[in-house]
Amino acid sequence: MVAMILDIGSWILLLTGSFFCLTGGLGLLRFPDFFTRIHAASLTDTLGASLILIGLMLQVDSWLTFVKLMLILLFSLLAGTTASHAIARAALKSGLRPLTAAKLAQQRGESSSKPS
Amino acid sequence: MRHILALSTMLSAFWLVNSGHYKPLLLFFMVVSVLLVVGLCHALDVVDGESQPLNLTFTIPAYWLWLIWQVVISNIDVARRVWMGVDSISPQVIMVTADQKSDLGIVIYANSITLTPGTVSIDLEGNQISVHALTEQSAADLLTGEMNRRVCRVER
Repeated sequence: MVAMILDIGSWILLLTGSFFCLTGGLGLLRFPDFFTRIHAASLTDTLGASLILIGLMLQVDSWLTFVKLMLILLFSLLAGTTASHAIARAALKSGLRPLTAAKLAQQRGESSSKPS
Repeated sequence: MRHILALSTMLSAFWLVNSGHYKPLLLFFMVVSVLLVVGLCHALDVVDGESQPLNLTFTIPAYWLWLIWQVVISNIDVARRVWMGVDSISPQVIMVTADQKSDLGIVIYANSITLTPGTVSIDLEGNQISVHALTEQSAADLLTGEMNRRVCRVER
């Protein structure tokens, strides 16, 4: 009985995590510039990876594996944020300017006025 | 001394959970490698309150819980906007002031901003953080300064 509840919980977490990873990938394709794409990628980084790892934690049969999954989660969160900041900063320093909302609206206006 | 002790404990615990073998020989290797690493860190002069922030031990768990909640909320928001398409976003760059007293506090704040989807800290000069926000809402949430205040409270 307990095993079944754990299994169901684990499946829900794994599927929700996969959904967030998929959404992150979709956002990576859909969003218009580098800086907005970072936001989409962080979906995969944070909730996507966390839910999958927590889902896996419910499947372990030894506490050592459990602790290792915890460590993977901790380090991936730390490394993910640091890497996100590092590449965003590098992009800014090498002269890439973030797309602003006004510019985005302008582009949208252009693309709707002359359909290609 | 406190910091050296904390680092040795952390490293030993890390070894123990990663190895899973508790034979005397392997435990001896653990002691040797922990001593080596602590010795190297001490020689590099990096064993201090910044690498071992012991003063945060009791204040940070509550902050983590709040941060996890924020990450979940903003994940759902960003995911919604991915599915709604480009029309739903309004990217902008804002400046926020970090009121933390230590460098470590400012780093915790900037990293928390990045960890939350919808906001990424893209530059840090002194205590001014430039943040790229995906939407007006995510920028406004950050400008309320709640996260700033909570990190200040962690530092104390």
